[in-house]
Amino acid sequence: MTMRLYTFAVYLFLYVPIGIIVLFSFNSGRHASDFQGLSVKWYGKALSNPFMMDALTTSLIIAFSAALLSSIMGTMAALALQRIRGPLKPLFDGMIYVSIMIPGIVIGIATLVALVTVFDFLNPILASVWPEGANPPKLSLGYMSVIAAHTLFTMSLVILLVRARIAGMDRSLIEAAQDLYATPWQTFRLITLPQIFPAILAGFLLSFTFSFDDFIISFFVAGTNSTLPIYVFSSIRRGITPEVNAIGTMVLAVSLILLVTAQILLRKNTGKSSAAAE
Amino acid sequence: MTAEINNLPDADIEFRDVSKRFGDVIAVDNVSLLIKRGEFFSFLGPSGCGKTTSLRLIAGFEQPTTGGVQIGGTSVIGVPPHKRPVNMVFQHYALFPHMTVAENIGFGLRQRKPKPSRSDMDKQVDESLEMVRMSGYGNRRIWEMSGGQQQRVALARALINRPTVLLLDEPLAALDRKLRRDMQIELQTLQREVGITFILVTHDQEEALSMSDQICIMREGRVEQLGSPRELYDLPVNRYVADFVGKTNFIAGTVSQVSGGTITLETEKGMSFSGRHSPETKMLSPGDNACVAIRPELMLIGSDSESAADMNTDIALSGQIKNQIFLGEHTEYLVATDIIGDVLVLSPKYIESRHKGFGPGDRVSVGWKNEIALVLEDS
Ligand SMILES: Nc1ncnc2c1ncn2[C@@H]1O[C@H](COP(=O)(O)OP(=O)(O)OP(=O)(O)O)[C@@H](O)[C@H]1O
Ligand SMILES: [Mg+2]
Repeated sequence: MTMRLYTFAVYLFLYVPIGIIVLFSFNSGRHASDFQGLSVKWYGKALSNPFMMDALTTSLIIAFSAALLSSIMGTMAALALQRIRGPLKPLFDGMIYVSIMIPGIVIGIATLVALVTVFDFLNPILASVWPEGANPPKLSLGYMSVIAAHTLFTMSLVILLVRARIAGMDRSLIEAAQDLYATPWQTFRLITLPQIFPAILAGFLLSFTFSFDDFIISFFVAGTNSTLPIYVFSSIRRGITPEVNAIGTMVLAVSLILLVTAQILLRKNTGKSSAAAE
Repeated sequence: MTAEINNLPDADIEFRDVSKRFGDVIAVDNVSLLIKRGEFFSFLGPSGCGKTTSLRLIAGFEQPTTGGVQIGGTSVIGVPPHKRPVNMVFQHYALFPHMTVAENIGFGLRQRKPKPSRSDMDKQVDESLEMVRMSGYGNRRIWEMSGGQQQRVALARALINRPTVLLLDEPLAALDRKLRRDMQIELQTLQREVGITFILVTHDQEEALSMSDQICIMREGRVEQLGSPRELYDLPVNRYVADFVGKTNFIAGTVSQVSGGTITLETEKGMSFSGRHSPETKMLSPGDNACVAIRPELMLIGSDSESAADMNTDIALSGQIKNQIFLGEHTEYLVATDIIGDVLVLSPKYIESRHKGFGPGDRVSVGWKNEIALVLEDS
């Protein structure tokens, strides 16, 4: 009985603040503290705020690019890793898990330092080899560096998901395809890829969510660009407005939808009759 | 892929001193064998004796560690599976779950160069479906199929390519007994219809005996005996084969006398038994360990009072019935004899009518003629 009460308290503690944000995003009043009536006007406000829309666009572009890159590179890495045998295998496996557990702040600092060092090294070289008169490009923090950092961070997720799927795959399917005259490339395209596609898609969605929600890493490497979480963070310094609640609720909704979709895809994965991905 | 195969020599598959090692394990140990065109050939043996590995060496999923493999007179060493004119039916069928029945069956055709026309492929797929009696199932999903239907789809998917050789790895193991019998008959009929070589892997001796032209009995990676079902049954080379093919009673002992085709053994208890020397077995000489093998259906059972002369046999041993199983046309008795332990006797109905029938606990005589007993190497 006490155990149950305890569990109940934990859930309350976890979800009540989120519930309040969602509730107050529909508040018609101006103050976050007293609820005056239902309204969606703050959603309208938020969506017509150009700064917020800018930040949202930036976040979407970054999340999409990072997710795309990490699902492609992660899949390739998973396919390659699956061939590794011998003493190096546990090392590679371990490194993937570790990279998932490294705190965001470490990744943020590490990526920042790495990028700045590389930029400082490359910029003078670029300037010196660039033709006279033309403006040499100057590498600096921005979109690209956030995409790079997020890709790195989310790639191990994709690797894990795809590897689990490959491991669960019936090896005789591949042999059957080879037996039926399919070349290695055709076997990959017609059998392996459709079999692992749900995992890749799930990896894409999870990467997207991670990137879209990430604050810490972006904060370090975004330069002057503002992603949505950075925008929200800077705007609450001016006080929590119902508009911020509305943004939070929208982000929550999108994230939940993506996570649930990914979960469904992974569930399908384990079922023998995965008909997805055709 | 079929055109160049029609004018090939007799041998479809040939193994020359083939060995396959996996680390310390020798899965196939110096095997040489020949499989003729159009033959129904079986690899038979207990689990882990190298049957699947032998099949995979033919399919190209494994390369021999040493030795040569030929298909249709050409060496296939180093040739990858997708370039070999053989097709395999996998143990768990390995049907592609993301494709329909028709797409599965047409898979091999779609990989052909040049690719057959759409209508031609559809026609062939329909014919294949009809051949395995699955017309109208083309658009179904794999997981909607029962075990027996999946089995047929797997067969059609392999046979549509008209391979020179069809490889079957325990294709019936997952089916229930009744369906298995049906599929065995279907497979045999199919093989006669299409006339291509079938190579079957099984550890079910009844299946191998009833379906095959030639059986290769394997033991720990080696070929123990290769022959027709009748040869294996009637003239096994040693105790292992006799034990594996059908049921047999063995009496172990030491060779005491060899005269012509007749060998006499002496058991530990000092009893003598004789039998024919099996022509397939290596010559035995006095002092060798050997055993007398008697098939249960060649033994006779009579009432306790009957002597060897009464039963018209050379040997009569008395014992007590431990167990009796009525099998319709036969009755199987397990008799605990006083001298050689338990023996199995299979008594046909017409003999049963000679006496009024026995039951557990009854004292009986069991007998046999020396000429039906075989003396085999005891290994
Ligand atoms: N890929 C492999 N790696 C290591 N050992 C293997 C491999 N394939 C087979 N073996 C070993 O080789 C031996 C023969 O295996 P194989 O699969 O040919 O046996 P089998 O006769 O088909 O047995 P079963 O009736 O159980 O299928 C076994 O000891 C097995 O463990
Ligand atoms: Mg096997």
